[in-house]
Amino acid sequence: MSVSDVSPLSSPPGPNVRAVHDEFHGDLLEVSMGPHHPSTHGVFRMIVTLDGETVTKLKPVFGYLHRNHEKIGENTSYLGSMPYTDRLDYLCSMTNNWAYALAVEKLSGQTVPERAEYLRIILAELTRLLNHTCLAGFLLQDSGASGTPLMYAFREREKILDLFEALSGSRMMCNYQRFGGCRADATPAWLDAARTLTDNYGGFLDEYEELLTGNEILMARTQGIGRLTAKLAIGAGITGPMLRAAGVAYDIRKVDGYGLYPRFNFRVPLGAHGDTYDRYMVRVLEMRESINILRQALRDIPDGPVMDPKAKLRGFRPKPGEAYGRIEGPKGEIGFFLISEGGPNPYRYRVRPPSFINLTILEDLCLGHSVADTVAILGSIDIVLGEVDR
Amino acid sequence: MLGTGLIQGLAVTARNFVGSFHGTKRFVTTQYPEERTKLPEAYRNFPFLVCESADDPMGTLRCVACQICEKECPPQCIYIEKSKDKKPDANGKMQIYPAVFDIDIAVCMSCQICVEVCPFDAIEMDQVFEIAATDRFTGLMMDRHALAKPNGYFHQIHPTQAEEVDSRLAAERLAAEKKAQAAAAAKAAPRPAPAPPAQSPGAPSAQAPKPAAPAA
Repeated sequence: MSVSDVSPLSSPPGPNVRAVHDEFHGDLLEVSMGPHHPSTHGVFRMIVTLDGETVTKLKPVFGYLHRNHEKIGENTSYLGSMPYTDRLDYLCSMTNNWAYALAVEKLSGQTVPERAEYLRIILAELTRLLNHTCLAGFLLQDSGASGTPLMYAFREREKILDLFEALSGSRMMCNYQRFGGCRADATPAWLDAARTLTDNYGGFLDEYEELLTGNEILMARTQGIGRLTAKLAIGAGITGPMLRAAGVAYDIRKVDGYGLYPRFNFRVPLGAHGDTYDRYMVRVLEMRESINILRQALRDIPDGPVMDPKAKLRGFRPKPGEAYGRIEGPKGEIGFFLISEGGPNPYRYRVRPPSFINLTILEDLCLGHSVADTVAILGSIDIVLGEVDR
Repeated sequence: MLGTGLIQGLAVTARNFVGSFHGTKRFVTTQYPEERTKLPEAYRNFPFLVCESADDPMGTLRCVACQICEKECPPQCIYIEKSKDKKPDANGKMQIYPAVFDIDIAVCMSCQICVEVCPFDAIEMDQVFEIAATDRFTGLMMDRHALAKPNGYFHQIHPTQAEEVDSRLAAERLAAEKKAQAAAAAKAAPRPAPAPPAQSPGAPSAQAPKPAAPAA
């Protein structure tokens, strides 16, 4: 359209100039939130249709961080996929490692020494503490509490990351679990440090809850917002704290009893309303239970090897077959499905990512709420885009 | 009463704010680069090649260019060319050596798999992290001269692991020497039966790789 096509404003409306104010009333506005938006936790995009400030339609768009993880897994050796699983949910590399190792161990029929099982539980529960602490920080950051809760959360997270670094050599990309055990043994000094952290973490949680749980602004922003019914949650395959906040008692640690979890005494916290506040609260209670599990594990950890002596690093070829290994990750059920044809690479490598499947009901949660609530609801779903897009 | 939770929260914030000026419990920031935290022994970032002597790094590389790490590296950042000739290694044994050994550490993801699969303990993880380069294509492409670092350095950064590796290598060397002596004795003895074909003194004893050792 050239400039000459537009009639000057003083002239009567021509074919190209419409009286806008006539159509303005009652129109819907379509806003693209993301992919470059700090509240979307990465490169996630929501196409939000708004009536005033109320969301009437929400279309999630993802795939901006797609990097062919599953296809690469088919062309890499079984061991070679292990460091890539760190990069799925980069906050929880230890649980990703465990789920993948569990799938391969099912495929090859390897056993894991008891000490390694204990170490896995310790690391998985530390990861749960880390993830839920960060989630609470992010949620508050998303609802407008700039800085303070997130910084407190990161201060504590740093201590757990120091433990990971001392054990595995890396803070976040741990690459620690192996098929048939763990890569390195924990020294007594490390276990003592873990005990100190476990003892102190309850105190931090008390302080954190004092800051947040009773806070009227947080309650106003989260209670009754983004309500998820148990029926919808089960129908959509939601897992993890989101499902439990909706009141469904489903925890793979209890249902499957993988690893040595049946030996441990812990409770599964449930929510009553399924709203954003319940999702926050369930996570805080889960952290308390994690501390409980950590205490038991650090008390009972036996001596012994951490690696199955028959485990092979080079020339690892499991027999043909298929296996699905799943664990209760901090975000939900993280599972790996593998088909082996007896070669050094899997024939098919598939990830069941919790945040991707939990994200599918975003529209149902957000309808009828405002844009600002959408951000808080997204924060409470707890997504990591590295896992959503793979 | 409405607002109690808010005031409670503000008290927590105030406690933390004031507390960060008194005592070290809440004082957690390290002022890098003036201050540095001590790296844990297990810390890893990029691989380096172990050589026996700092004076002649290229002559004493432990690497025999078997290319296992090149094959196993998940992002495939290692490139090796075998030498055509053989050179005596640190033990005086004739070995193939890497004519080219490049690691593109811009691609490397520090997963340590090369270290775990190496049957000769020739590649280990370094701890140097201040390696920013101004040239994005060649600045982070490390050749074998840049990668070679002496065993003493390995002892400095990973003392426990280096100790284990050294004792294992010493045991292997001892076993190889014994085997060589036995073979030599068998050869010298006037016997009609042919000496066992394997393990003449010149043959590399490390042909049968030891079971891969998990890194300590």
